[in-house]
Amino acid sequence: MSDTIKRGFKTALGRRAFMKWSSLAGGSAAVLGSGLPFSLSASEKKAETTPEEKVVWSACTVNCSSRCPLRMHVSNDVITHVEADNTGSEEWGDHQVRACLRGRSMKQRVYHPDRLKYPMKRVGKRGEGRFKRISWDEALDTIAGSLKDIRSRYGNEAIYINYGTGTLGATVSKSFPHSATMIARLMNCYGGYLNYHNTYSSAQYTVGLPYTYGGSGWVSGNEISDLVNSKLLVMFGTNPAETDMGGGGHIYHLQQARERNPIRTISFDPRKNDTTVVSNDNEWVPLRPGTDAALIAGMAYVMITNGLVDMDFINRYTIGFDEDTLPASAPKGASWKSYILGNGPDKTPKTPEWAAKITGVPVHKIESLAREIATTKPCTITQGLGPQRHVNGEHTVRAIAMLSIMTGNVGIPGGGNGGSMSAYYMPFAGFPQLENPVKTSIPVFLWTDAIWRHEEMTSTTDGIQGSERLKAPLKFLWNYAGNCVLNQHGDINRTHEILQDENQCEMIVVIENHMTSSARYADILLPDLTTSEQFDFAYQVDAGNMGFVVCTQPAVSPMFECRGLYEVCADLAKRLGVEKAYTEGRNREQWLELIYANARQNNPELPSLQQFIKQGIVKQKRPGKPYVAFEAFRQDPEANPLATPSGKIEIYSERLAELASSWQLKSDEFIKPLPEYVSMWEGHESELAKKYPLQVYGFHYKARVHSTYGNVATIKDANRQEMWVNPVDAEARSIKDGDLMRVWNDRGELRVVAKVTPRIVPGVVAMGQGAWYSPNKDKVDLGACINTLTGQRPTSLAKANPQHSNLVNIEKA
Amino acid sequence: MAQYGFYFDSSRCTGCKTCSLACKDFYDISVDRDWRRIYEYGGGDWEQNKDGTWEHNVFSYYTSISCNHCDSPACVKACPTGAMHKREQDGLVAVDQDRCIGCQYCSMACPYGAPQYDAEKKVMSKCHGCYERVAEGSKPVCVDACPLRALDFGPIDELRAKYGSEASIAPLPDAGMTSPNLVIKPNVQAKPSGDKSGSVQNSREVK
Repeated sequence: MSDTIKRGFKTALGRRAFMKWSSLAGGSAAVLGSGLPFSLSASEKKAETTPEEKVVWSACTVNCSSRCPLRMHVSNDVITHVEADNTGSEEWGDHQVRACLRGRSMKQRVYHPDRLKYPMKRVGKRGEGRFKRISWDEALDTIAGSLKDIRSRYGNEAIYINYGTGTLGATVSKSFPHSATMIARLMNCYGGYLNYHNTYSSAQYTVGLPYTYGGSGWVSGNEISDLVNSKLLVMFGTNPAETDMGGGGHIYHLQQARERNPIRTISFDPRKNDTTVVSNDNEWVPLRPGTDAALIAGMAYVMITNGLVDMDFINRYTIGFDEDTLPASAPKGASWKSYILGNGPDKTPKTPEWAAKITGVPVHKIESLAREIATTKPCTITQGLGPQRHVNGEHTVRAIAMLSIMTGNVGIPGGGNGGSMSAYYMPFAGFPQLENPVKTSIPVFLWTDAIWRHEEMTSTTDGIQGSERLKAPLKFLWNYAGNCVLNQHGDINRTHEILQDENQCEMIVVIENHMTSSARYADILLPDLTTSEQFDFAYQVDAGNMGFVVCTQPAVSPMFECRGLYEVCADLAKRLGVEKAYTEGRNREQWLELIYANARQNNPELPSLQQFIKQGIVKQKRPGKPYVAFEAFRQDPEANPLATPSGKIEIYSERLAELASSWQLKSDEFIKPLPEYVSMWEGHESELAKKYPLQVYGFHYKARVHSTYGNVATIKDANRQEMWVNPVDAEARSIKDGDLMRVWNDRGELRVVAKVTPRIVPGVVAMGQGAWYSPNKDKVDLGACINTLTGQRPTSLAKANPQHSNLVNIEKA
Repeated sequence: MAQYGFYFDSSRCTGCKTCSLACKDFYDISVDRDWRRIYEYGGGDWEQNKDGTWEHNVFSYYTSISCNHCDSPACVKACPTGAMHKREQDGLVAVDQDRCIGCQYCSMACPYGAPQYDAEKKVMSKCHGCYERVAEGSKPVCVDACPLRALDFGPIDELRAKYGSEASIAPLPDAGMTSPNLVIKPNVQAKPSGDKSGSVQNSREVK
């Protein structure tokens, strides 16, 4: 073992702690021998003898909605291959949680040539990728010095922890939410940092839907396993075959439920996605992106004019459906029924003919599906997060819920509230958090705005929370295990421009495993450990009827000079004079012991820590029946009101009406009290469509989880970065399958190969989001990252990323 | 002699390719070779109505195919050196790389694309049914990897008793050609072998 690796290893955990834990884990300390990870030779036969081979539990801690356990096979301190969970039985609820192609390729991430090896500082311009190796001491001194300097000139509000979801589910090496990271803990000891609210994934959903159902943040639908009780499944932009594709994730549970209860499924989506390929009774109904609310208004017209609305439900549980149940403050004609029948301000009946023109869905289809959805009970209506990632997304999420509300499916088994399907979460515990003294919070999508126009940003212009206005410019950017400095944020070329001015954002610290496009913009770049090199607990996400947690353990010694974040932040705390507050006298091992003790208090059925380390994984089947959202409200709405102002489902939201009048909105911005269809400023009906006639969006792709795994050669080869083009659009432009295309709009230009396929609706093109940005000298992106084409203009209500609302043109390159 | 074979459930397969990538990880197979290939097959037409809306009859489904360890293996017949052989003990077809001269006749002969040329070693390589794992009582890596349990492996008699005998769906050739030890549960959208209404949609992703 080299001295470097030895040093890294010692600082990562401390020798004593490592010996103690690893002896329980199967004696990895005994095989810390000649680790030569980059000399792995390609051999098709497994080695005849595998001396001291051991199997170490780890996990794929990326940001899909699974968190699959991995069993790393290790020989001589080198990972030889990865296998999936082999515990449990084939019984649903005790099943193996089998990792997908991404987790199974983890070895390539650990040993990738892009792996960051030692601390570096930037020597070229931001984004050029020119760095110089420095010592850990120099790196940490520089960071501490910059924090002190910026804090003294601008205060703590100038320090920001960027959105990062590269390592999730863990307790120590956790990058999301930012408030639970070790960096937040460190900054909270040092006076705090500027908060963010919302996420890039779900802002319009979490901001919009609570206006209908109350509360704040995430609104859960029925548990996915509850589909065994349903008679019809209606999905809007739902594709767990690519978004939750691990064997513990939603696709497995969807499959299991539909095999037990083979119900018909209707999928509304611009693409015939992989979820609609499986099972035996699927109908794909293609529609134009961002028009879901128009489709629903058309179906509502059919239901209302044919007496198909469940009026008993409407009358008892909702307000605002018709004029009689509007709040006193609402003007006449403001009800949903008036909007649908054309008796509202726009005087436009939302007939199937009206909806067909907007959505591209034929009139006969809108009529027949409306009847089917209204008369098949119980019916599960659900949405993924694609429909909401648009200019009008906050309204779309509420519109989809209207289908569940009009059909009386809310709060019953086999039904649902129109929200995303949920899962059972077994009780566990996280790293104890400290309070942030800074209360100001910006919408997550507006961090680049906070760099160059903070003085304009107030609560009524930009959704600033915790303060009337933003008091300081963003000067210090922490970025841990995230790729939103560039790749995953809107409008790459604009972001690049903003970050070029080093007098604005003065310091960017990136902590990463690989040289990502965000890492190229770092001023100081720190090499992080992978999950395979450290102890932690990895907690499930959307795991249907069975929760689980994995004790992730060091499969191999820390590589190069990579260090764990807890230990790095402890060294910084020393430099900032807050070491005691940060560590509370504990090292990582002691924190994990405390966290596990807390977890056992929350969940007494957990085994002892020693046993957990030994067995690697704990699974717990959900007790009782599948979760049904708002079941108590449905059973007795007076005793169990919703957390809305009225206690009922608010089809008309008085709160939104108030925001619409009190917020400072631009002429084309909009906040509607009803879940209306609003045409997008960058959609197929907009003026810009004359110049750029095709809608484009980036779907979640099996090749990556966002941008993670985006540099793994075998996965890239097996799942090409190609743009889906309908044969109608391809023929009109003489584009053939396999042709290289030029794709552009006013914001940027890229090159990508055409996949000419009937599986996408005409007028729309799409490709996987998260591909690694790779510009040539003319800023043409040869990596085909969707954010070369997306914008930075936020939505009206959530001030969120409408990253699916884009127009482009294409031609053969 | 036992004869082993694969079962594939096309109604469960989402085309995720975990089977293929797990195989590559286990055997350290280079990027340019796929011992297990996932074909996206599909077709259909679009027609525009007068009001601008669209009608379609699009279909698509996946097949995941490695080597089918055929009763009449075309690769074995085409091999001039005897390197490609059918194992007596389990009926699995494997290549003896020490005898292979890399002429690639086997890959030209196989209608399933199973033999894959190893450009580095200049010999053929292919799925051998993980016979070492099978001998130890395990299933092949791909079968154990499938998140949706769309694959199975075992004595072909048992697989056929359990799952039937269908093996002729597009884009695969008719099973009459080589008598593959393969059983397929067709996706409801599946077309028979020889279908002309669709085509392989991901030709650049399969070797």
